Amino acid sequence: MSFDRPNFRHPKLAKNSAGYSRTDYEGAISTLCAGCGHDSTTNAIIQACFELSIVPHRVAKMSGIGCSSKTPAYFLGKSHGFNAVHGRMPSVATGANMANRELLYIGISGDGDTASIGMGQFAHALRRNLNLNYICMNNGCYGLTKGQDSATADKGSVGKRGAPNMYASIDLCELAIELGASYVARGFSGDKQQLVPLIKGAIAHNGLAFIDVISPCVTFNNTSTSTKSYEYVREHIEATNTFDFVPLQQEILAQYSEGASQEVVMHDGSIIHLHKANSSEDVTDRLQAVNKLELEKKRGRLLTGLLYVNPDIQETHDIINSTLRPLNTLTEADLCPGNSALQRINESLR
Amino acid sequence: MNKRESVNDFVVRFANVNGSGSASANNLFARAIFRLGVPVSPKNIFPSNIQGLPTWYEVRINEHGFLGRRSGVDLAVAVNGQTLYQDYQEVLPGGYFLYDSTRELSEKFNRDDITVIGVPLTTLCNDEFKNPKLRQLLRNIIYVGALSFLLDLDFSILTESIEKQFRKKPKLGEPNIKALELGFAYAKEHHAGVCRLSVRKSKKLGDEILMDGNSALGLAAVYAGATVTGWYPITPSTSVVEAFERYSRQFRTEQDTGRNKVAILQAEDELAAIGIVIGASWNGARAFTATSGPGISLMSEFLGLAYFAEIPAVLVNVQRAGPSTGMPTRTQQADLLACAYASHGDTKNVLLFPCDPKECFDLGADAFDLAERLQTPVIVMLDLDLGMNDHICAPLVWDDSRKYDRGKVLSAAELDSRQEKWGRYLDIDGDGICYRTYPGTHPTKGAYVTRGTSHNEYAGYTEESPIYQAGMERLLVKWQTARSLMPPPRIKIRDTGFAVGVVFFGTTTHAAYEAISRMAEQGLEINSLRLRAFPFQDEVVEFINRHQMIFIIEQNRDGQLRTMLMTEIGVSPRRLQSILNFDGLPITADFITKKIQALLADEHQENLQVSQGGQA
Repeated sequence: MSFDRPNFRHPKLAKNSAGYSRTDYEGAISTLCAGCGHDSTTNAIIQACFELSIVPHRVAKMSGIGCSSKTPAYFLGKSHGFNAVHGRMPSVATGANMANRELLYIGISGDGDTASIGMGQFAHALRRNLNLNYICMNNGCYGLTKGQDSATADKGSVGKRGAPNMYASIDLCELAIELGASYVARGFSGDKQQLVPLIKGAIAHNGLAFIDVISPCVTFNNTSTSTKSYEYVREHIEATNTFDFVPLQQEILAQYSEGASQEVVMHDGSIIHLHKANSSEDVTDRLQAVNKLELEKKRGRLLTGLLYVNPDIQETHDIINSTLRPLNTLTEADLCPGNSALQRINESLR
Repeated sequence: MNKRESVNDFVVRFANVNGSGSASANNLFARAIFRLGVPVSPKNIFPSNIQGLPTWYEVRINEHGFLGRRSGVDLAVAVNGQTLYQDYQEVLPGGYFLYDSTRELSEKFNRDDITVIGVPLTTLCNDEFKNPKLRQLLRNIIYVGALSFLLDLDFSILTESIEKQFRKKPKLGEPNIKALELGFAYAKEHHAGVCRLSVRKSKKLGDEILMDGNSALGLAAVYAGATVTGWYPITPSTSVVEAFERYSRQFRTEQDTGRNKVAILQAEDELAAIGIVIGASWNGARAFTATSGPGISLMSEFLGLAYFAEIPAVLVNVQRAGPSTGMPTRTQQADLLACAYASHGDTKNVLLFPCDPKECFDLGADAFDLAERLQTPVIVMLDLDLGMNDHICAPLVWDDSRKYDRGKVLSAAELDSRQEKWGRYLDIDGDGICYRTYPGTHPTKGAYVTRGTSHNEYAGYTEESPIYQAGMERLLVKWQTARSLMPPPRIKIRDTGFAVGVVFFGTTTHAAYEAISRMAEQGLEINSLRLRAFPFQDEVVEFINRHQMIFIIEQNRDGQLRTMLMTEIGVSPRRLQSILNFDGLPITADFITKKIQALLADEHQENLQVSQGGQA
């Protein structure tokens, strides 16, 4: 059961450049457990959309099955949502995107969805570089079925069920980079400062932007022995960069010290401004990105931030050279060749 | 020896090696007969293989227009060493066996009841043509030339066909014509007066076309305005999407930009293929996919979502022989139950059953209207025989005044002018069909979350039993509406005493009509109903109930249509007798006739026993 929020709006609420207040980006009240990391992620999505002045009803929210996939009900209540079947968000999002390239697609998925049942769809959406903001709320366990380990649970990590996970974990960010993803980031639901700009960058990106959000499950996987608990993540987090997202036509106000920053100009002209710990790092270098992830893993650290971006890549519509008009707006006149053409076809079949 | 003699009524069977370029030669032969106005039905009987295994091409020529498969070979053209003896054995007594006499036949080829016609295809070919790649193709053309003489088949029809085919590259046409002449000349010199089968120009055909069902379906999708397809290659459905792609290249390029007015995505599997269709349909584009049995199994979960969340989807199932991988290159009608009730829980899906390419085109286009009107999956049921073989049918027609029926979709203005509160699953018309909205329509109205979990009339999640149950019952109201929208069955009443009736669908049609005609000649008039859709209409119930005996003719083992008739319209199992062909080859009139006669004889015997008081 989801509950609606009251519609009351304070007249003096701050509005963005599109004329919407932050509350216009909210959805129904969450029915997830109190303290669930997913609710913080939902909030970061709301904040990012508000700050970027996204027109709420021009967003389509796509999801699969699981706790994470319930969240589209909890943000952007004026947008259509599609809570599909387990692991199949990417294909439904692909079809939706093909039908109308003008909407903004936010795909919400979890680690069960993405790293197990739907891994094939995850891989191929990346390969096709679908213009989709793919947010994986990753808690290392199956919450809705009471806490079984997922494929992203670290080996040896112990959740509430008490038995250590016996299998190697899948690093979705590394996998995404290897599969040709064009925007890969990792955030932590407890670090809104970092997560909001990561989402904003993803929205500006033309292609598949994948964000792996470590999002602790307070009920089943927040134990002192779990590597996906709030405490563990806070202690082991390592940011590769701090991050500013500068939307198109907005002045860069912050100043950065020479040599330690990198600017990435996105498809729509907006700029990602990275403040880096190490000036020799290049966020557009795939090899470096994978090496760094492995290196930090070896040190027992969880690398977060913008890991890799390729702003010049073609998205699916460009690859297949489809019309710039949304396909769902084409009519008989655009689509049907008519009877005289059919008679010529008949003639060729005689 | 009594040689088989016939004008315009015989079967020629070509035995070739798969991948040896025989298809174009065999097509040339079949199309020539078609162009002479003689009804012809060619059938590929091919292996699940790209190169090397035996493949056959059966051409039935029939002046009466019976286009079903006929068993028995009058003339074999045997150019495959692997099956040479088998092909020799299968010629009917009095028939003819044409082979490549470059190699002599061994002693075991010793039948004295057939006529052997040797043409040294390889020698003729190699002496004339030097290009090794062309040789393989032209060797086949040479036997077509020989057939032209043997069957008295108008030679100019063949040369015209070649000229038409190579209109843009006349240089390539020349060796083909030369090959035809070689074969013709050799047969004339060595086999004059040998063959008593012949093809004579006929007025039987008028403006008909010769086309495969899959191409017709792909073309229907273009005409019906499909713009999105996700698909995964699987025999025998692949050529549906290939045809869609081919016709899209022709008709769907934006003049000013060169961009495509279509999105065709080869998916990673069938799950993704139907997922793409559902996503696109949900977002207001017409979308479809094509698959075969194994794909249906994989798509089942998604079909349940589309049924329950009420999203249009058009799916083409070109059926092949199952279960499991079964016989991927053989035909069957064995996915009825899997499609009608695809997915867990209580689901029912609309099925359409075309019987020829013309109907593939018509029902294929209608499927898009029906799916959007009913907001549910519609599955067009072809089979390999219909999909991959050429069939003669009436020419295709499109009514230029036809508008796509996009169903109940609210625009922004309609949302604004609505008095009552809109509910995605609120049935205000009483037909079980509710109003939907596309994403992005209106700033504040019409948004909802589509879900496969139970929902109330306003699309909110609910687990309240009465609300869930009411929703499930409304889907049955919609199912009743669907019945009224289905294409009606084709009923032919020949016996007003209503003694015997037969029910069939799809590619059984041609063989069934031929069997009915044969039995009529023997004095038994049989009424028939050709089913074209599921859910079944009242006419189907009435037809069955009016007859003393009903035969259900299907191409599967378990009598799947019979099962559906029993459960859906409550016909007593005792009243429905099955006639089942499931060997993977198209059903024949012979088979149907024999089965019906045997069952009628049994019945007669039983009645006799009853009237005599039975036996202890």
